[in-house]
Amino acid sequence: MAEITLVEAIRQAMDEELAHDPNAFIIGEDVGVRGGVFRSTVGLFDKYGEDRVIDSPLAELTIVGVGIGAALYGKRPICEIQFADFIFPAFNQIVSEAAKMTYRSNGEWTVPMVVRAPYGGGIGGGLYHSQSVEAFFAHVPGLKVVIPSNPYDAKGLLKAAVRDPNPVIFLEPKKGYRLIKGEVPEDEEIIVPIGPAKVSREGTDLSVFAYGMMHHYALEAAEMVAKEGLDVEVVDLRTLYPVDRETILQSIRKTSKALIVHEDNLTGGYGAEIAATIAEWGFMDLDAPVRRLAGPDVPGVPFSHPMQDWFMVNPDKIAEAIRELAAF
Amino acid sequence: MPTKVIMPKLGESVVEGTVTAWMKKENEVIEEFESLLEVTTDKVTTEVPSPAAGTILKIVAPEGETVEAGTVLAWIGEPGDEIPEGEQPPAQDHEPHETPDAESITDEPVMVRPAGRDRDLGYISPVVARLARDKNVDLDKVRGTGMDSRITKKDVLAYLKDHKGEAEIPIWETPADGDLFRPTELVFGKQKPETQPSPASSAIPGETLPLSPMRKRIAEHMVLSKHTSPHVTTVMEADLSRVMAHRAAGKAEAEARGIHLTYTAYFLAAVTAGLKAVPLANSSWTDTGIRLHRQINLGMAVAMPDGGLIVPVIRGAEELSLIGLARQVNELAERARTGKLSPDEVQGGTFTLTNHGTKGSLFATPVINQPQSGILGTGMIQKRVVVIDDAIAIRPMVYLSYTFDHRILDGASADSFLAAVVDALQNWPPA
Amino acid sequence: MTLSKEQKKEMFWMMLLSRRLDERAWVLHRQGKIAFHISGIGQEAAQVGAVYALKQGKDWLVPYYRDLAMMLVMGMTPAEFAMSLMGKAAEPTSGARQMPSHFGLKRSRVVSHSAPVATQSPHASGIGLGIKLDGKDEVVLTSIGEGSTSQGEWYEAVNFAAVHNLPVIFLVENNEYAISVPQDKQMAVSSAADKACGLGLPGVQVDGTKVFEVYEAVLEAVERARKGEGATVIEAKMYRLTPHSSDDDDRSYRSREEVEEHKKQDPILLAKEQLIAEGLLTEGEYEQLEEKAKAEVDEAVRIATEAPYPKGEDAAFPVYATQEVQHG
Repeated sequence: MAEITLVEAIRQAMDEELAHDPNAFIIGEDVGVRGGVFRSTVGLFDKYGEDRVIDSPLAELTIVGVGIGAALYGKRPICEIQFADFIFPAFNQIVSEAAKMTYRSNGEWTVPMVVRAPYGGGIGGGLYHSQSVEAFFAHVPGLKVVIPSNPYDAKGLLKAAVRDPNPVIFLEPKKGYRLIKGEVPEDEEIIVPIGPAKVSREGTDLSVFAYGMMHHYALEAAEMVAKEGLDVEVVDLRTLYPVDRETILQSIRKTSKALIVHEDNLTGGYGAEIAATIAEWGFMDLDAPVRRLAGPDVPGVPFSHPMQDWFMVNPDKIAEAIRELAAF
Repeated sequence: MPTKVIMPKLGESVVEGTVTAWMKKENEVIEEFESLLEVTTDKVTTEVPSPAAGTILKIVAPEGETVEAGTVLAWIGEPGDEIPEGEQPPAQDHEPHETPDAESITDEPVMVRPAGRDRDLGYISPVVARLARDKNVDLDKVRGTGMDSRITKKDVLAYLKDHKGEAEIPIWETPADGDLFRPTELVFGKQKPETQPSPASSAIPGETLPLSPMRKRIAEHMVLSKHTSPHVTTVMEADLSRVMAHRAAGKAEAEARGIHLTYTAYFLAAVTAGLKAVPLANSSWTDTGIRLHRQINLGMAVAMPDGGLIVPVIRGAEELSLIGLARQVNELAERARTGKLSPDEVQGGTFTLTNHGTKGSLFATPVINQPQSGILGTGMIQKRVVVIDDAIAIRPMVYLSYTFDHRILDGASADSFLAAVVDALQNWPPA
Repeated sequence: MTLSKEQKKEMFWMMLLSRRLDERAWVLHRQGKIAFHISGIGQEAAQVGAVYALKQGKDWLVPYYRDLAMMLVMGMTPAEFAMSLMGKAAEPTSGARQMPSHFGLKRSRVVSHSAPVATQSPHASGIGLGIKLDGKDEVVLTSIGEGSTSQGEWYEAVNFAAVHNLPVIFLVENNEYAISVPQDKQMAVSSAADKACGLGLPGVQVDGTKVFEVYEAVLEAVERARKGEGATVIEAKMYRLTPHSSDDDDRSYRSREEVEEHKKQDPILLAKEQLIAEGLLTEGEYEQLEEKAKAEVDEAVRIATEAPYPKGEDAAFPVYATQEVQHG
């Protein structure tokens, strides 16, 4: 067992998949010689060569569009978008093409492709290096949307994503790249199935549903309030689309109170879908209104420290929301 | 077995088309794919190839008729073939709007309110209500520790834990309070009210008139127009003595030229003068601005013998003299009544004139013919007493009701226009 | 490789069959029997000439929605096309999920395409990348209208193919109009081929009404690509003899005289005259071909008319691919 960082787990996953499948390859800006601006592909260029770790032109549309073509041919492209903020030029290819290919060809053509991108704020990145984009994609049938919160899941889920015959949007909480460390076994192959959520902390007073960096913070907040006598259950959603309704509803049956946490803007954010799910199917088990704690509805995470702090959800804010909900 | 010729759906959003010309007559022979007729929609005009070879047995839709896509236009077959009766137009393309079955909520929480209780329970959440019902808990007895002292799920669970034995007491051993004949609401809780019979299926006797395509289209048009433009109507009256005199003097000469000189022609001329004076009244609203039309194309509403309404358009009225207008009025009205108008002749209007006075209506609030910005209604021409120079006089008067689109015009501009029309009529002939 | 007499006659037959099938689709629409048709009339020479330069079963085609003639050469049957017009279940491109002319045919290596134009171009480059990574000598032919070469997608695809020296032939079927917008409002150059040199590729112009000239031009590009000499942009110039689609009324933007004038350059006419001049076809043989075409079209319509519709609930799938689909 070794303790590794989130970004190292991601790097290992890609290394193992390129070794395992000769059809797998990586394409993105600066992924080759530079090893990725976050160093998520360090060493892979030397190991696998320029044909398997391709430095693409500065064109996200190209990265994904070419990826789709290669996937149609039989390859397994891992397309890196340098920051999720820059995924939008590729939106047309992702939504109009990758998501719909299987359906529109009645199953004849498939796109086994991963589009991975660092997302999220809290790293002084300002409006264009801090965005959350999961809400745009967790709405498109034909796609899968995955967000790991820890090294073990990151490695296992990314490997599963590469092996999945469908297009997977794999979003990595960049604030946690080096901040989040965890134990990952070295001598066994880890594949974490895409789909099931995970109860990472069991509890009875209320359920916190989160993903990415916020899941990490939710665990911290749970420890804080435990000292005050509150027993909180924390659920790591992991796969946002298609989402694991069963685990969510099971948790509600147990605690009857729901707090959904994400750093993306509140209105129209992914949490609304979970809230609606709980309200619709878990109504009879609810002892309080479903609560969402999310980023404010402003166009971006501001750069300056105090403004960034105002925007970002953090363990203290989560703990406060937990206390309020518990008191209802 | 004869083959039917149907109105094609020429375009994604098109639902109807007009038969503009038949290339063949009944009893003539036609080849498969030979051009049989020409149809027009608001998107395309095209020839329709015949779906079969044979003899034209019957032409169902004459030239000028507008029908929905899918309607039978004609039958082709062998002479003597029987034509099926009562062909209904096929069902619409769109799915009927399906209302989902209201799912019966079998476990809807019923507020359990035992008799004689004297305490407001406060907010009862869904899970508390369900637990109370399922476990037979008298919520009156449960202490609330939640916000505003509400009963929480925990409180119910705690109560159950403390009163474990009680849940097993047989129901007949639970003491009552001694009151006889309590109101049913208290005993059974609030019942769902019996569904009232809907007015549509009520017991008022009557019959239902089926909606003809024309009636449906008129209804749609009227609703759409009202939804689109804020309708305001302003009314003025005009003294028609000079118009009447002019008409009396010129009628014979006009008849000699084959032209029936009607008041409509005068009204059209006056409207034209009004529109020239106030161009804003000859416009259309668009998202990017108010479109001022350079041409004055006047629609005149013509009542059809079968009860419908059609509005042929006189194009370029600004160029026409009174006689020119009168001639157009005659020709278009005649063609309208015999169903011989071409699609061009009912399109492109910029303003409409409608006469609502034939049965005695004095003034009205006509509905705008979209996408125009106004419509002028003329009421019954009536000899009335008016005051001129402080003396009583009798004059042939008419009320002019001008409905305008208040997005484009307001009271001032609308009245300017209407005043110009009145002026033109009252000072006929123009200089 | 010079074409044999049989091949030339075969190519003429394919053009004629495509034309008569295309015309029948217009008739069906005006008769109210189908909802929509988008035509390739006037473009048969370029399409047949281009596809004949490919090796069937080996090379890849990424077409666009006017390429009916191409599809017939690639093996789609007239009945299959007629079924797609009517939305019948057995239509092979999508099981009736897509509008007609959204071509795709897995069995012939024709990739499924969509409606947002030019999205297919990066796919062609991606397939080219796959071919190169596998060291195969397959080539990709992708076609597009001249209007769609205004899309960023096309430039990015051409750029990527140029940078990586990929075996892709970018065929531009310049029919002078993008719905109502003429070429001079679409580009500042006189030919889409002129755009190629700006991206580092050879750009070839060819008369799209001359089937054998197109064949020669595409063949040359195909052979270069197979040898690993990279991509080419070929513009075939022709004229769209029909309105954009069954919904379009072209009288509002071009004169009847202009259309009549171009009918004199009808590629079917030109090919017929050439074959007769070369002694490869007699008027009698031509009449027979016309009869044969009519019979095949009649039969196709009959089969399609009698074919069943899909069940409504079949629309619920396939959203996701469930297993590895063999590619290549």
